Amino acid sequence: MSDAAHAHDDHSHGHPSGIMRWLTTTNHKDIGTMYLWFALIMLFSAGTMALLIRAELFQPGLQITHPDFFNQLTTMHGLIMIFGAIMPAFSGFANWQVPLMIGAPDMAFPRMNNWAFWLLPVAATMLMASFLLPGGAVAGGWTMYPPLFIQGGISYDLTILAVHIMGLSSIMGSINIATTILNMRAPGLTLMKMPLFVWTWLITAYLLIATMPVLAGAVTMLLTDRNFGTHFFNAAGGGDPVMFQHIFWFFGHPEVYILILPAFGIVSQIIPTFARKPLFGYASMVYATASIAILSFTVWAHHMFAVGMPVAAQLFFMFSTMLIAVPTGVKIFNWVATMWKGSLTFETPMLFAIAFVCLFTIGGFSGLVLAIAPVDIQLQDTYYVVAHFHYVLVSGALFSIFAGIYYWLPKWTGHMYNETLGKWHFWLSVIGMNILFFPMHFLGLAGMPRRIPDYALQFTEFNQIATYGAFIFGFSQLIFLVLVLKTIKGGAKATDRVWEGAEGLEWTLPSPAPYHTFETAPVVK
Amino acid sequence: MKSMWQRAGMMGAALVTSQTVLAEYAYNLPEPASQVAYDVFQLHNLIMLVCLGIFVVVFGAMFYSLIKHRKSVGHQAAHFHENTTVEIIWTVIPFVILVGMAYPAAKVVIDMKDTSNPDMTIKITGYQWKWGYDYLNDGINFYSNLSTPREQIQGTAEKGEHYLLEVDEPMVVPVGKRVRLLITANDVIHSWWVPALSVKQDGIPGFIRDSWIKADKIGTYRGQCAELCGKDHGYMPIVVEVVSEEDYKAWVAKKKGSAAVAASDGTKVFEIGDLVTRGESVYQGNCAACHQADGKGLPGVFPAISGSPVATGPIADHIAVVMNGKPGTAMAAFAGQLSDADIAAVVTYQRNAWNNKMGDLVQPAEIAAARGGAAGEAAAPAAPATPTAPAAPAAQ
Repeated sequence: MSDAAHAHDDHSHGHPSGIMRWLTTTNHKDIGTMYLWFALIMLFSAGTMALLIRAELFQPGLQITHPDFFNQLTTMHGLIMIFGAIMPAFSGFANWQVPLMIGAPDMAFPRMNNWAFWLLPVAATMLMASFLLPGGAVAGGWTMYPPLFIQGGISYDLTILAVHIMGLSSIMGSINIATTILNMRAPGLTLMKMPLFVWTWLITAYLLIATMPVLAGAVTMLLTDRNFGTHFFNAAGGGDPVMFQHIFWFFGHPEVYILILPAFGIVSQIIPTFARKPLFGYASMVYATASIAILSFTVWAHHMFAVGMPVAAQLFFMFSTMLIAVPTGVKIFNWVATMWKGSLTFETPMLFAIAFVCLFTIGGFSGLVLAIAPVDIQLQDTYYVVAHFHYVLVSGALFSIFAGIYYWLPKWTGHMYNETLGKWHFWLSVIGMNILFFPMHFLGLAGMPRRIPDYALQFTEFNQIATYGAFIFGFSQLIFLVLVLKTIKGGAKATDRVWEGAEGLEWTLPSPAPYHTFETAPVVK
Repeated sequence: MKSMWQRAGMMGAALVTSQTVLAEYAYNLPEPASQVAYDVFQLHNLIMLVCLGIFVVVFGAMFYSLIKHRKSVGHQAAHFHENTTVEIIWTVIPFVILVGMAYPAAKVVIDMKDTSNPDMTIKITGYQWKWGYDYLNDGINFYSNLSTPREQIQGTAEKGEHYLLEVDEPMVVPVGKRVRLLITANDVIHSWWVPALSVKQDGIPGFIRDSWIKADKIGTYRGQCAELCGKDHGYMPIVVEVVSEEDYKAWVAKKKGSAAVAASDGTKVFEIGDLVTRGESVYQGNCAACHQADGKGLPGVFPAISGSPVATGPIADHIAVVMNGKPGTAMAAFAGQLSDADIAAVVTYQRNAWNNKMGDLVQPAEIAAARGGAAGEAAAPAAPATPTAPAAPAAQ
């Protein structure tokens, strides 16, 4: 969030100003800022859809949506939150922080960096505009399962194109990040000395490079099935609808780690800072992250226990999924051990990080329950699954993003954020989030399917509680918006180190970080 | 715990004045009605207990640390940052716990997947948006539609006890019999799910998957489609009636009798009034979900029938659309789903209802002719589509 005013001081090469500055910029800080603003706009857009969903589900019967529009809302909420909010937010962090943390002057491919970002608003505009097309936006679920996805209108083709563009953006972004990390580290900064955030992004980048082309292949087959008479997923033409699910989840499961590994990285930076104690088990954290990434390619069909796989497949995917609990457990234990016998303080970044450890673990436990194939038969496609993935994506990924913003915002803007507002934002978010998602476990166990606009009467009470939580959680995000805007405009001057216990190259720079940093590489001993 | 949630829930419900029926509070897996469901129930309890135990230990330690090791109480930070022994221990212990969970889980998986030696077999076909049941041993087949009135959904009538979980024709099975289920779908993927019997199996168009149930207790068990299948995914419930052996035999005899009556309709000649009345009920059951009761459709998604070129154009083309569907859209082929008399009735109704005052009359014999004579008659009684050719339009 280096605002235009100070940016001018730092570079006098006759660069364009105004809108052209942002359109043509190749500066990693500018691009990081744009990624983060884009993600915030998408968060509010898809969040509004979520509030509409929860408002409809406040009571049984149809009140404010019709079923087709309801399906459009759930589908678009999922697509935009994943591809528009969470992933771009992490790319924003990578752009800002990776060069600062490894002592590089910028990203390896600055022009590609610009293009990777600017593809995103294009894709997002296409997705959002599809609400205005005849038939409305896609309503087949973010998972895009055929044959349902084959039935839709023009917006389905537009969505496929948008997914392609977003995938292209992700691939370019991840190649850039991996190249930067592997080639542009300061002298002396060996791989096993890198900050854990950099490690998790390096592994995430490889996951993206490996899986995004798989998604592109899957949606391309959907496109040709829809328009060019192929039968990849049509049994009558020799295809198989289930093949789509195998291909999709071969992308989709690593994707969930794409959404959480950078979160692990952010939290692993924050907890040692506020515990004033080095991260416990650095090497095992790196190995655990790598193990999770490798295992993530062997577990995809646990999303498909109800399609009717043979016993051997059912057992294999159950066992491999359960195995992921081991490295994930190692991470949780390491974070707790980092706090143990530290000298803890509880500024907002630390509060979000602690909430992350605790609530992400609840999501991990419900993941373990879902991994047990016979239990999953009862819970697949119910609200239990909705509760599970919102615990890992909201109190997991999103809370880590909030934690990271609070942690690095003073470095980016040169101003301390308002701690009181930050605490309000934290407590309302954490309380609202639990009121919103915890009852969904009960709804799922009791048998409420997901993706339905209307429900049987025994589900009423928990749905109402969830809706209250949704509005508390949703509106408290406005506090965050106000806080960020206030911090950019002014506030107490941030010191270079910002936090008493902060370690790492980014804290050796002035606050705010100048437009160009580490033009001469620092030496790490 | 429960009473706290209950109070919160009641407070919520009190705010909704139209909410007069408060059903039994449900917060856990339903009471099992079969051995498999019981095994799954116990498995879930076991895993929940293990998770709870781990949660208490790990976060007990964390919260102890959060209270005791804070800077504000003057705690000085220690400097340790690794301990190989501890790290090995907390890698091995979770692994051992997982093996302990995996063993009982694998036994249940193997049991669930063993569909051998059934006493009877039922084929279940998912349609947008209803279920078709085909009793392969008894030669019975029928469709099962949501029976909750539209007024309850729209909020103009009070919601009944089994709102959205009630059907016109439940699936009936004898108690204590091992029933093999062959599950497929006609158009898109559906999922047949009855929680009390712990069976959830996707119906995949063009393929048959199998599962099995053996209900231990007489009773009515309700479920819903569990895989997003389009607009009315939330409106295709499943009801399984588990009855005694004698009641089952009586039900089979009754179903066979009414099937014979329905078959004789195909050769009758009807008055226009009778056809329109019958057609209206066929329309409500099969067409109104998309094309709406007022025939106006949903603009941009489902076309109107009132004033449409199909319903006001040549009769033969209209019959062809109803019988063969529209490939690549949600418009299903009804030739395999409806009898000659029902198709004749619904076409007649559509051509005379709303603004379509065509005055046309279509007799069952014309539908039989459209099916292609003798071959068509054989296929005429409504039967769920055969698995090898799941959807005529899908062949394109």
